[in-house]
Amino acid sequence: MGSEFVQLSLTPILIGVLASIACALPGNFLILRRQALIGDAISHVVLPGIVVAFLITGTVASVPMMLGAAGAAIIAVILIEAIKRLGRIEPGAAMGVVFTSMFAGGVLLLEQSDTSNVHLDVEHALMGNLESLIWFAAEDWSSLVDPAALAALPAELPRIAVVCALVAVLTYLFWRPLKISTFDEGFARSMGIPTTFISIGLVIAAAVAAVAAFDAVGSIIVIAMFICPPAAARLMTNQLEVQLVWSVVFAVLSAVLGYVFAGYGPLWFGGENAVSAAGMIATVSGIILGLACLFGPQRKRIGEAAGL
Amino acid sequence: MTGRAVEVAAQDGRILQQPPADDSPLAVRGLTVSYGDKPAIFSVDAVVPPESMMAIVGPNGAGKSTLLKAVLGIVEPLSGTVSVYGEPLAKVQERVAYVPQRASVDWDFPTRVIDVVLMGLYRELGLLGWVTGRQRKTAKACLERVGMAEFANRQIGQLSGGQQQRVFLARALAQDADLYLLDEPFAGVDAATEKAIIDVLKSLKADMKTVVCVHHDLATVSDYFDHVLLINVRKIAEGPVATTFTAENLQRTYGGRLATTHIDELRLPAG
Repeated sequence: MGSEFVQLSLTPILIGVLASIACALPGNFLILRRQALIGDAISHVVLPGIVVAFLITGTVASVPMMLGAAGAAIIAVILIEAIKRLGRIEPGAAMGVVFTSMFAGGVLLLEQSDTSNVHLDVEHALMGNLESLIWFAAEDWSSLVDPAALAALPAELPRIAVVCALVAVLTYLFWRPLKISTFDEGFARSMGIPTTFISIGLVIAAAVAAVAAFDAVGSIIVIAMFICPPAAARLMTNQLEVQLVWSVVFAVLSAVLGYVFAGYGPLWFGGENAVSAAGMIATVSGIILGLACLFGPQRKRIGEAAGL
Repeated sequence: MTGRAVEVAAQDGRILQQPPADDSPLAVRGLTVSYGDKPAIFSVDAVVPPESMMAIVGPNGAGKSTLLKAVLGIVEPLSGTVSVYGEPLAKVQERVAYVPQRASVDWDFPTRVIDVVLMGLYRELGLLGWVTGRQRKTAKACLERVGMAEFANRQIGQLSGGQQQRVFLARALAQDADLYLLDEPFAGVDAATEKAIIDVLKSLKADMKTVVCVHHDLATVSDYFDHVLLINVRKIAEGPVATTFTAENLQRTYGGRLATTHIDELRLPAG
C-alpha cells in the first residue's frame, strides 16, 4: 500500500466516507420522524435543477449546483401542492409523481445536452464518478503534507468535507431541540422550541448533504446512506446518542468495504473488471442493515411484553 | 374584561359569573380554532381560578385537546386572546407545564426514562448546557414522586401504558411550573397509576399550584376536581363542580347523547 493507493484510492474512499456520514447523520432524525423517503425524494428532484444550472453556467461549481438544486426543490414543492389541490390526489401519490417525473425530466435533459467535458451524464447521476476522482498530483503518503499536491486534490473532496463538517456541527449544536421535537413536537412547542424552524432546518441540511454527495457519488449512495446506516444503528441500541455513533460507524464501514469490494472483489472471484463502487457501497450498507435485523441486540423490541 | 365585552356576552345569552381577575393562572377570551372549514372550538371564554383543579369535560370532538393546544400556542387560534397570570404566554412560558396525550408520541423512540424527564429541564439546560449531577437528582426526585424511580434507566418502550403516563407527569414536574395543563392523564391507565397521578395532582394543589385536566370519566369529576369547564365546541358552562356539574348542564354539553340512566348513576345534585 504505497503511492498507488494514495493516488488512486485514498480520495475516492475519503469522499465516499464523508458523503456517507453527511447523509447518515440527518438520516437518523428523518427515520425517527417517519420522513425517511425525503432523502430519496431530494436526490431525485434536484437532478433537473443541477442540469439546468450547468446549462446556464457551463460549470459544475458548487454554488450554481446548489442554487439549481434549491430551485428544483422549490418547483417540486409548488407542483406537489398544485397536484394535491387541483387533482385532489392524496399527498403520497402527488409526491411520487413529482419526484419521478422531475428525475425523468432531468435524465432527458442530460441526454440532450453536451456534457462530454464534465462528469455529468445519466450514469453519473445514478452512480457518481467515485472511481475517477483520482489524486493525480500525489506521489505517495508524503503528498499529504505537500502543499502543491494538496492544492491539486479533486475539488469534490474539500466540498464534501465542508458539507460533512457543517452537518456534524449543526447536529451537535441543535441536538437537544432536535431530539425533543422529534420525540414530542407538542411538548417542544409548549416549551417555546421553534419546531417549524427545526424541521425545515433538518430538511435543508439533508438537502445540502444530498446535493453535495450526489455530485460526487450519485443518487444510489445518497438514498442508501439516508436510510441503511441509521436504520441498522437503531437495531443496535435504545439510546439516540449511541444510535448516532453506530450510524456513523456503519456509514464508514459501508463506504470503505464497498469501495474495496468493488475494486478487488471481482478479482477474488476470478473476474477481470472492477464493479461500480457506488453500487457496491450501497449494497454493503444494505447487507449491514440485513445483519442488524438478524443479529442486532434491540431487534425484538416491538411487540415485546411491556414492563412486566 | 371591558364593560363592552360583558355587554356583548350578555346579549349573546352568556352570563359571565365573575369578571376575570387580571392575574388568574389562565384566562381565555373569544378563543376560536378551526381545522379547515369547521371550528374546533368557537369563541370560548374561560377563567381558571388560582390554586384550583379544573376538569375540562365534553364529548369526543368537542375541542377539549384543541383548547389546551391553543392555550399553549401549539395550534394557532383564528381569534381570541390567552393570558397566563395576566401576561401573554410567551412572557411566562416557564410557569406553564404541559402533559400531552400519551398516544401522541412514538414510545419506540430510542431514549431512556431519565432522558425524557430531563427534557423538562430544557429551558434550564439550553442548547449546549451539560446535564449536571444536581439536574440528574432533580429528575430522579420527580420520578420518585410518581413512583417510577427504579425505572430511570429503562427504555421507554418497555413501560406499560400507566408507567408511560407517569413518566410524562414526572417530566412536567421537572418543569417546576405554576400552571399544569394535562391532556387526558387518566386515559387507559391502571388503577394504581390513576391513584398515583391524582395524589401528585392533589399535592400540586396543596403547593398552591393550579391544575387543568382534559378529563373523560364523568364518574370521577366530583372526586378529583373542584372546578369544571363544560365545552362542546362552544363553552357550555364553567364554575365550581358543586354548582356547575349538574345533570342539566351535562345534557346540554352532550346534546342528549348521554343516556339519562348514565347521568342518574352520577348522583348529581338536582340542576
